[in-house]
Amino acid sequence: MVALTGDSKIESSEAASIRVWHVSKQFDSADGGITPGALALNDVSLTVKAGEMVCIVGPSGCGKSTLLRMIAGLTPPTTGELSIGAEPITGPGAERGLVFQDPSLFPWLSVRGNIEAGLVARGVLRHMQQEADEFMRLVGLEAFANSFPHHLSGGMAQRVALARALINHPRVLLLDEPLGALDAFTRMRMQDEVLRLWRARGTTMLFVTHDIDEAIYMSDRIIIMTPRPGRIEQIISVELDRPRDRGSDEFLHLRGQILETMHFAGQPLAGNTH
Amino acid sequence: MSTSIEEAVPEAPAVTKSQSIASLSKSVPTAEARYRPQTLLAIPVGALISLGIHYFIPKREPVPTSHYFPTLLFAMLGFGILLIALCPFSLRVRKWMRHMCPILGIATLTTGIWELITCCLALMPLPYFPGPEAVVSSIVNDRALIFDSTWHSLALLLSGYAIGTVIALITGVTIGWFPHARYWGMPLLKIVGPIPATAWIPLAMVVAPSALFSAMGLVALAVWFPVTMLTASGISNTRTSYLDVARTLGANRLYLIFRVAIPAAMPNIFIGLFMGLGTSFLTLVVAEEVGVKSGLGWYVSWAQGWAEYGKVYGALIIMAAFFSTIMTLLFKLRDRVLVWQKGTIKW
Repeated sequence: MVALTGDSKIESSEAASIRVWHVSKQFDSADGGITPGALALNDVSLTVKAGEMVCIVGPSGCGKSTLLRMIAGLTPPTTGELSIGAEPITGPGAERGLVFQDPSLFPWLSVRGNIEAGLVARGVLRHMQQEADEFMRLVGLEAFANSFPHHLSGGMAQRVALARALINHPRVLLLDEPLGALDAFTRMRMQDEVLRLWRARGTTMLFVTHDIDEAIYMSDRIIIMTPRPGRIEQIISVELDRPRDRGSDEFLHLRGQILETMHFAGQPLAGNTH
Repeated sequence: MSTSIEEAVPEAPAVTKSQSIASLSKSVPTAEARYRPQTLLAIPVGALISLGIHYFIPKREPVPTSHYFPTLLFAMLGFGILLIALCPFSLRVRKWMRHMCPILGIATLTTGIWELITCCLALMPLPYFPGPEAVVSSIVNDRALIFDSTWHSLALLLSGYAIGTVIALITGVTIGWFPHARYWGMPLLKIVGPIPATAWIPLAMVVAPSALFSAMGLVALAVWFPVTMLTASGISNTRTSYLDVARTLGANRLYLIFRVAIPAAMPNIFIGLFMGLGTSFLTLVVAEEVGVKSGLGWYVSWAQGWAEYGKVYGALIIMAAFFSTIMTLLFKLRDRVLVWQKGTIKW
């Protein structure tokens, strides 16, 4: 597709690192505070280096989406601190892009309008028209520039969502199960697509998934979380060369290790390793 | 007598039909190209039967001496024949005919039946149920006044509707977006809103400087309630993920309101606009009958006062055309604004 030169990369400096420091999140209880609400996250600390690709895996209710929303600045933590580089996170900002499982494209805007939304929101559209073209090429959707989202397939819609999030050149891209709603084949293609964008742009990526294979295939490190209350169980470094072979021994070994950590080892689900 | 007409009918168009089928099957052998005799003949047959009733069945009631009604029927007959002549040449005409000819044919026939049961058989009492000639001639004879009334109604309706819509969008967005405005505004809206605008007529007469202004205010009020209600609910039901995404794209509050919440509420707003249009028609007619001494509503009650029911029905026909045209224009606007939604709306 488009050969992106080195100068369009974001400088991999400390500014693009994520720091989460002893963060807990207690949600308000439904009865107005008589009983304590659910503890979604309990004392979570982690650091993501600039330019790193980190996946968070864990079952439903382990607080991984909450953690992502807190980094995005959409939900404040109950206790603890979060920062991007040296700046504490106090609210949402254009330097942190977010992509949901549901692409959440603005249905009233064309593909082009959606991709440009970030430029319009920052009031810089006028001098950055060509930027939108570049991003449409980047995700291979030039032909659909004027289509409305309801004409797009799931994979195409998610590519638009990626381009929309990337157009502001965020230092950090947060992805909340972005490929979860796609079929297996589209999903594998999109994994490569995300990796390509990651390599091309050098963006720090924090990627929530509940697909262990996806996590191993994509990430530099895998954070395993467990629920009730949500906390980090283990962090595993994946030191395999990309592109990774989903069938290699190392891959399968890692898979078994993660399943064991998540207490699925020995069950039929994990039957192929030990 | 009527039998002779029945026989005469199929002859002339039958030739045209077989010719055009032959020419058509050569040029465009598609599904749309096949056409049925009932489509082709509906309008001419309807017009011929009505003309037969008009000319051959003796009248038992006094009828105006003018000839506007049969002229209209002849025009319809000519139109039907013109369509038959045109259809071999244009697919669009054929599609339009498939859709419209049965309705237009039946409509033409209905005017004949109307004349049959009023003028010919005298089944309906006069002066309340005049025949078609009386209605058509009163529209033609009174055209200056009817045109003037329509113009006044249009000006009053559009000004009231526009004012009401603008205010409703402001109040609706405010109530929908700001929790405080919602807390204080919603109870007021729920209590005052459901009162029909026409119930305010006594107060409006007193408060407004002129009957025209009071009518404008009442029309505005009639639109205001449904548009405010639906705008507010549309805004407050904006999907959180749209707002979340916009925030992470660097959106400020203005962007969130004007470029996320309002577009997201647009389908709802249009439902409010349609509901408001219906209530504003009602309010307009009532306000014109009671206070304003102009407009179609006034014309109807004025003609009724003189027991000129031909004019009453004439004005009702004009009113129907007038209101449905405005409704159609709003539908067109909706289709344009909500083009992104196309396929998901079915109303």
